[in-house]
Amino acid sequence: MPVKVMIPTPLRQYAEKRESVDLEAKTVAEALSSLTSQFGDLKKHLYSDDGKLRSFVNVYVNDEDIRYLQREKTAVQQGDTISIVPSIAGGAE
Amino acid sequence: MLRVGEALIERIHEHGTRDYPNECCGALLGREEGKDRTVLGLVPLANQRNDSPRNRFSITSEDVRLAEKEAAAKGWELIGWYHSHPDSPARPSEFDREHAWPWYSYIIFQVEKGEPREMRSWRLDDDRAKYQEESIEFISSVPRY
Ligand SMILES: [Zn+2]
Repeated sequence: MPVKVMIPTPLRQYAEKRESVDLEAKTVAEALSSLTSQFGDLKKHLYSDDGKLRSFVNVYVNDEDIRYLQREKTAVQQGDTISIVPSIAGGAE
Repeated sequence: MLRVGEALIERIHEHGTRDYPNECCGALLGREEGKDRTVLGLVPLANQRNDSPRNRFSITSEDVRLAEKEAAAKGWELIGWYHSHPDSPARPSEFDREHAWPWYSYIIFQVEKGEPREMRSWRLDDDRAKYQEESIEFISSVPRY
């Protein structure tokens, strides 16, 4: 199913400066794996070394946070938009 | 290079002083032209780390989307973030690095006993291993766009 993945501004430089990428996927996991196989440099910014999505990487399907759906197993359908949205964290020593 | 007008610096300082001894945080809106960026507006945000606000900050993805919308409405971009280091130097901690995104400008400023001190800006390398300092040019008036 063709779905659209929205790339956040800080990561567009690793995806040919594209705002979005259309790809075939049945779940969020498939979409992200297809995205990172197409644009390998995205991988280290989205996933930690143990292969899990980084804590400050948030994924929405049509404006709904996948944490409230079935996380990466969330099904997607033709015409759905998957958005990768940063959250920001830090601190002093 | 990151250009920041004095009036905006003043607002960032005030935010740091007001929230001291906690960390303050907010979004930097502006424009990028080649290698240069100009900060044209701010979105002060709430630090969501209520458990450890003196040495940690966090901004939710909802607030990130809000800041993006505000930038888009003005024809600008969300170019980075600012946060304070209460009684701690204006350079990124290991915790900062682990949570940073590339591309964004990260302004960090020290607030020493409630007084704003040194302000510096940093950008994460592509390999996430370290930061490069981005020089800040303090300007007296912000260009209009
Ligand atoms: Zn910090």
